[in-house]
Amino acid sequence: MSTEPTEVVEAGKHAGEPGATKEVEPLWHSEADELLVPPAAPVRSSESEDFTPGDLSAGLERSRGGFMSRLRGILRSGPSDADWESVEELLISGDVGGVLAIEIVEGARARKDAPSAEAAVRAELAGRLLPGEHGWRPRPAAPGQPAVVLMVGVNGTGKTTTIGKLAHVYRAEGRSVLLAAADTFRAAAIDQLRIWSDRTGCQFVAHAPGADPAAVIYDALDAAIARNVDVVIADTAGRLHTKSNLMDELAKMRRVIERRLPGSAPEVLFVLDATTGQNGLSQAKVFHETIGLTGIVLTKLDSTAKGGIVFAIEDALHIPVRLVGVGEKLGDLLPFDPDAFIDALFE
Amino acid sequence: MFDALSERLRKTLGALTGHGRVSADDVDAAMREIRLALLEADVNFKVVKDFVGRVRERATGVEILESLTAGQQVVKIVNEELVALLSAGDRAFKLTGNPAIILLVGLQGSGKTTSAAKLSRHLVKMGRRPILVAADPYRPAAADQLETLGRSLDVPVYRAPAGTSVLDIAKGGMEAARKLVRDTVILDTAGRLTVDEPLMKEIADLSAAYTASETLLVVDAMTGQEAVNVAAAFHAAVPVTGLILTKIDGDARGGAALSISAVTGLPVKFLGTGEKTDALEIFHPDRLASRILGMGDVLTLIERAQETYDEKQAVKMAEKLRKNSFTLEDMLDQMEQVRKMGPMGQILELIPGMGGMAKQAQESVDRGDLKRVEAIIRSMTPAERRDPNILNAARRRRIAQGSGTRLQDVNQLVKQFGGLQKMMKQMTGGRLGRRMPGLFG
Ligand SMILES: Nc1nc2c(ncn2[C@@H]2O[C@H](COP(=O)(O)OP(=O)(O)OP(=O)(O)O)[C@@H](O)[C@H]2O)c(=O)[nH]1
Ligand SMILES: [Mg+2]
Repeated sequence: MSTEPTEVVEAGKHAGEPGATKEVEPLWHSEADELLVPPAAPVRSSESEDFTPGDLSAGLERSRGGFMSRLRGILRSGPSDADWESVEELLISGDVGGVLAIEIVEGARARKDAPSAEAAVRAELAGRLLPGEHGWRPRPAAPGQPAVVLMVGVNGTGKTTTIGKLAHVYRAEGRSVLLAAADTFRAAAIDQLRIWSDRTGCQFVAHAPGADPAAVIYDALDAAIARNVDVVIADTAGRLHTKSNLMDELAKMRRVIERRLPGSAPEVLFVLDATTGQNGLSQAKVFHETIGLTGIVLTKLDSTAKGGIVFAIEDALHIPVRLVGVGEKLGDLLPFDPDAFIDALFE
Repeated sequence: MFDALSERLRKTLGALTGHGRVSADDVDAAMREIRLALLEADVNFKVVKDFVGRVRERATGVEILESLTAGQQVVKIVNEELVALLSAGDRAFKLTGNPAIILLVGLQGSGKTTSAAKLSRHLVKMGRRPILVAADPYRPAAADQLETLGRSLDVPVYRAPAGTSVLDIAKGGMEAARKLVRDTVILDTAGRLTVDEPLMKEIADLSAAYTASETLLVVDAMTGQEAVNVAAAFHAAVPVTGLILTKIDGDARGGAALSISAVTGLPVKFLGTGEKTDALEIFHPDRLASRILGMGDVLTLIERAQETYDEKQAVKMAEKLRKNSFTLEDMLDQMEQVRKMGPMGQILELIPGMGGMAKQAQESVDRGDLKRVEAIIRSMTPAERRDPNILNAARRRRIAQGSGTRLQDVNQLVKQFGGLQKMMKQMTGGRLGRRMPGLFG
């Protein structure tokens, strides 16, 4: 733990972008013609309009629309056995899972209180989600201490990108943020996080590639305490939940946080790709057992996927979805809204 | 986690072997289990529907093979159908043109960059001279990632300054390939969503400008129901030639690959089996079929049990059982046959009515029980193996010493074998004796 950070960057200094700390608007936007000549911070081609939770279902409206509206019609007009089967298939096609879909349909059919079949299905679905928490923010254990967020998940789900987006939110609120590059394994993972750090005007702590990630976290906490930083967000390497040595490594990171900040309750956010199927449950279970998850970030909801595995996860583990990722830009992070999420399943 | 399908079907259809034909009731019960197992494995629900229909048709009224239970018979059919679907298309890895171009496409985070590096390593092993081209100008540090990987493999990486268009990057990559006398160009592109029209157009333009000999769609093994739509959309934009199924080293069943192959006819060509650059495997349909069913290698074992099942030896063994002349020597033979076929627990799974014992058996293997038994038998003289009754105290001590075991181990084996003989005597004439010839109990 005595290793000195190989790199500690003060906000704004690294990027040569002194205004970065004040920047609230997305740092770049994109027109199609800019695509061919992106600035140093490259652009994405998709539209850069800001999402609000209400836009989520609109943003997710896809080709299935025809089938869905027919289905909604059916659900309003009193469904037959075959119609219920369509509902089951709709749920399954949204990755809710075979067993849970059957359970939900059976539950909906047994409901006598619901005004319509659709309402019954929605009630069954909603009953499996924890309520959204729009004002959610990570909290420090004691005043004057930094709040700590640890981003975990399997490979490629969007951990690093989510850190960039989350940092952007806190920076916009005027908080100081320090990013800890505790993915020391994947090639160029440190560079990737540094770029997000520069874009959002965060402080940055990293060691050399291959270093002990727990040591990175320890140093990051030291630096954050010394400099009165509000929030520390640690990136971790993607890891499959089946690799016990890598899971042990995560547990160690948590222990380090608890040792350096006794009594702190770090936010451990499990980053889940919405395209994930039934394996998501087994991922969440093992991560939860290993490190104690406090929330879920559901990413890539701007895709055609519905993220229905979340129902099974919340049902089994009672971990709330806190945030959803709806793109690759800084502003593409939204608070989770259960109603909009269920809407999107039906659209 | 769900039980393996074989176990579920064993519960549903019972453990009885070879009872005539698979009945309509059996089929109904089995289809529900198969449907749930496939959905659990993330096979697309439409594909599941077709699939279950086909299996139902094939399984109804089919005669059950001698050595199998009804459940195993159904599993066998399911497996054959799965393998057939997974065998879609031409799995050969084609490298035509100079340089040959390999284009990697896929969703964000599916594993393209790592797969590009793995492929380059694979190509070097094949005796080719690849170059990696970082054609993802969007994700922060994507090019750095590829460069780091390339350097670790001693494969050159071409990257363009920020702001270069993807078409220009590819052009530069081709020029670099010529200059460095490279015969294969691997284009690592940015992850993109199928609904992102400008980016789908970008990849279509790239593919149109440079005819790739392989256009590989990189798919995460954990992908759910959307896999089919994703693959269809990519296939519509670029002429995909096959899949790389990544992160198969986790515990996802990988039904996504089955769905894609079933719907698009595209073959899986490679599997990504780890984060290191050597973790790339050639795809085998039968192995993924077993995995989708959650049965490890049991299915392969069903096949292998049928292959290894030597008719003549089986008849001889049945004869011995009938005459009650099954000896320790025969037991040793049987053990060798079993070993040829693979892990003990899985073998037991195949033995009608013993599925539930598989775990215990595996534990006994883990404890080294079987090795001990083998060592003891090997320390016996042929006469002793034929007739354990002659084993007096002195002989037993000698055997214990010779096999490096304890006297009580030898005693226990002799006692157990006596029990086994007695049991077989009771069963001979019955059906079980004839049905177990290839496998010792
Ligand atoms: N469309 C879309 N893409 C996303 C979203 N979140 C992340 N991505 C993309 O997904 C890819 C992987 O994201 P990363 O942030 O590198 O994922 P990671 O979990 O840090 O990956 P590893 O560290 O390699 O395990 C990148 O191309 C991101 O731009 C999202 O909400 N929507
Ligand atoms: Mg990362």
